[in-house]
Amino acid sequence: MIQHVDNPIIEVHDLTVSYDKKPVLWNVDFTIPGGALVGIIGPNGAGKSTLIKAIMGLLPLSSGYAHLFGEKLDNVRKRISYVPQRESVDWDFPASVMDIALMGRYGQRGLFKRITAEDRSIARQALEQVHMLEFANRQIGQLSGGQQQRVFLARALAQQADLYFMDEPFAGVDAATEGAIIELLKELKAQGKTILVVHHDLQSAAEYFDWILLLNTRLVASGPTAETLTPTLLQETYGGKLSLLAQVGEIASSKGVNIRE
Amino acid sequence: MDALTHFLSLSDANVRYVVIGCVLLGISSGLMGVYTLLRKRALLGDAIAHAVLPGICLAFMLSGVRNTWVLFAGAIITGSLSVYLVDLISRRSRLKPDAAIALVLSVFFGAGVLLLTMIQSSGNAAQSGLDKFLFGKAAAMLPEDLWLFGAVLLGVMVVLFFGYKEFKLLAFDKGYAQSQGLPVKALEMALSTLTVLTVATGIQAVGVVLMSALLIAPAAASRYWTHRLSGMLILSAVMASIGAYIGAFISYTKPGMPTGPWIVVVLSVLTGISMLVAPNQGLLARYWQRRKHRDKILQENILKAFYHLGERNGSQALAFDIKLLKQQREMPEIRLKSGLRSLVKEGSLLDTQFGYQLTRTGLEAATRVVRLHRMWELYLSRHLNIAPDHVHEDAEGIEHLITPELERELELLLDRPGSDPHDSQIPYTKKDRN
Repeated sequence: MIQHVDNPIIEVHDLTVSYDKKPVLWNVDFTIPGGALVGIIGPNGAGKSTLIKAIMGLLPLSSGYAHLFGEKLDNVRKRISYVPQRESVDWDFPASVMDIALMGRYGQRGLFKRITAEDRSIARQALEQVHMLEFANRQIGQLSGGQQQRVFLARALAQQADLYFMDEPFAGVDAATEGAIIELLKELKAQGKTILVVHHDLQSAAEYFDWILLLNTRLVASGPTAETLTPTLLQETYGGKLSLLAQVGEIASSKGVNIRE
Repeated sequence: MDALTHFLSLSDANVRYVVIGCVLLGISSGLMGVYTLLRKRALLGDAIAHAVLPGICLAFMLSGVRNTWVLFAGAIITGSLSVYLVDLISRRSRLKPDAAIALVLSVFFGAGVLLLTMIQSSGNAAQSGLDKFLFGKAAAMLPEDLWLFGAVLLGVMVVLFFGYKEFKLLAFDKGYAQSQGLPVKALEMALSTLTVLTVATGIQAVGVVLMSALLIAPAAASRYWTHRLSGMLILSAVMASIGAYIGAFISYTKPGMPTGPWIVVVLSVLTGISMLVAPNQGLLARYWQRRKHRDKILQENILKAFYHLGERNGSQALAFDIKLLKQQREMPEIRLKSGLRSLVKEGSLLDTQFGYQLTRTGLEAATRVVRLHRMWELYLSRHLNIAPDHVHEDAEGIEHLITPELERELELLLDRPGSDPHDSQIPYTKKDRN
């Protein structure tokens, strides 16, 4: 069940991504309507993070392309924003909460340009939105996991983008942070922004998102939540057996053959 | 002492060259070391240092002269090659980065030592002094070396200054930097190139074997004193130049002595001191914090014993002596007495003729600990399905850790419970009720 839309914000066409010759995403093809709050759902190792990284150009593509706002990535970089997984960085880095929020302005400000007072006020606003302004001078290593997640969100907000990619923002956070994130997602949506969230809790998925991508190395479904979170499609996504696809992938990797050549 | 004053006064031109040279390359290493450390590339720095040796030897063999600039060019070529190879091997083979680094380091260094031996047995008169690159010899610095060191330092400072925010983001979160469209590849290349240049000059003072210490130790030590990247850069540069400066002095007083080991000794002392006495993160500060927490646990346990005794005897206004307290809760008498003393001092207990008695603040604190203990037991049995006879031990530890925020959350979750899994009442003070 893959539902396509007209005038999509994101158009992903036949995307295949491999790590070390082993395909982790096969022929993924979908479109996302503007203003949607999208949940990317699937089991561990399904390629959820890989998908958003590939769309943002952080990974080489074996084949296919992704167009954002109907354009190539490089033309619209300033309109997209990324919240990586919290564990992907070393929080012992010598920086304050404010420093991290300001990083959201680096791309907008441009290479080798100094940060301005305007950037500072935008970063402060972003911290305020996630209730972290009172910690602005705190060293990031002293934050709790939930607070770290909120700082990452503030950094993304400071970019003032139109399209957000969030990698597991709900993973291992406290109730206060979860509430803050949900509030934020609703607010962004109300402003007409589009948000893609990698998520692995099925229970809350139906409640949070209005569009769902079901993923397990291939795209199982893409469409409105009510039509995608069905027992049949979930069974297809989470079905335990190693698919033929995965087995071929293993062979390609062991023989060192690039399947897209 | 005369040697020291003579050295410090910089009146001797040779001393001047050596000191200025050491400080210049110390600053470069201190600055680049911070990024090497933060990007977790410490081992790569070591590989580069070892890999410059064959470059120096080859440059000498091909040119036949011991010219600073020629040797430097050779060092840069093999140094850069080693960075490239490590990257290539870890991307294209099954070897992981640590194995790739070890492989490149040992192969290049082996080749370097081999070439060095060949040069030394060739009988070329100009060869004398090449072996100084192994462990460093600051005293062998020449006036023209200073121009080179100065040029490298200038390059390092200019690039790091203008790219300050870019390198900061790159070191913290490369994926995010890339998502914003920063030229990550070019920035990484710039850092590697500067590191190679720094290493290729730094070996004059410390030598290839110990160069990574000049790169890493100052950066690691400075991290203990500051939480800011800018502060770390300045401190690291200062510490590295102090190390290099003292190394130069020793080289001056003992002409036969290699400087590298001495520089490393000085840097190790600086690092050791930082680890020990730095505020908050130092070992002493941590020991102090642990001790304070232990005292807090002791005091809370004593207060809890009072509460339990009072509960059993029907009144919290009674006084109890040490014997009764020891029966209620087994603890060493010295610890008990010192705990009682500090509780009296802070106004939680009264020392009366019949024994010790809880004051109002003491009762409030005791009530809180008992409440936390019993609420935690209830939480474990109600929400985590742990059997009631298994929850006590856990609560004994947790009760001392719960913050007021967590307490509120716990109370909300349990809906302000009346009794714990063992049917003991969960106590609240008057203040809590409002």
